[in-house]
Amino acid sequence: MSRPRPKYLNLLQIKLPVPGLVSILHRVSGAVLFLFIPFLLVLFELTLESPGGFLRFKSVLSHWAVKLLVIGLVWAYLHHLLAGIRHLALDLDYGTGLPAARSSSQAVLVTGIVLTVIFGVTVW
Amino acid sequence: MVKREVVGAHYGLRDWLAQRVTAVIMVVYSAVILSVITALPRMDYWQWKVLWQTPVVRYATVIFIVCLLFHAWVGVRNIFMDYIKDPALRLALYVLTIGALLWYAVWSIQILWSA
Repeated sequence: MSRPRPKYLNLLQIKLPVPGLVSILHRVSGAVLFLFIPFLLVLFELTLESPGGFLRFKSVLSHWAVKLLVIGLVWAYLHHLLAGIRHLALDLDYGTGLPAARSSSQAVLVTGIVLTVIFGVTVW
Repeated sequence: MVKREVVGAHYGLRDWLAQRVTAVIMVVYSAVILSVITALPRMDYWQWKVLWQTPVVRYATVIFIVCLLFHAWVGVRNIFMDYIKDPALRLALYVLTIGALLWYAVWSIQILWSA
């Protein structure tokens, strides 16, 4: 039986399974982290510049928009890290069956979000 | 019998492995530096400065930065390989990325050594 091809190539209509979602978010979070390296270096530089710079860093970070951005970056970091650990396990042939791969991808997604929420609540 | 020649740039396996080794180093660094920072007796400028002046922290951070930049290079290059079809544009993006990463390397070492 021949199925009509191509199937949906409209990104907005593709319904990714959870492992697929974790995978593309691994890529997106990595790209985001790369793009924000200069932002983080500017902040790091500010903390070590002088006592005044350290205080300015604190006041910059107390702004809600910056806080939101940092929380977003923390999510990107955590998701990338957790998805990476899952990836290493898959490389070593652990959890490569479909049920295991599904549940580990759900665990990655949920753990990343939960830890980010905990971080967000703590710093808000 | 078909004679098969292995072709290509031959960096696939090396980069695949390096991506994993650098990742593990960064996870270890992250865990250690996070526990060190949370264990600081006070969180003020002087305490912070002393932390980053400590030689072992400095050199571990340099190793982290080298890992981060190589890891970022492999990752970003793979993204460009997947989505940028035009070779000239892709090459330009590669050059831009390498330039940016080298700049970040120099910049971060400068930050560490002026601490």
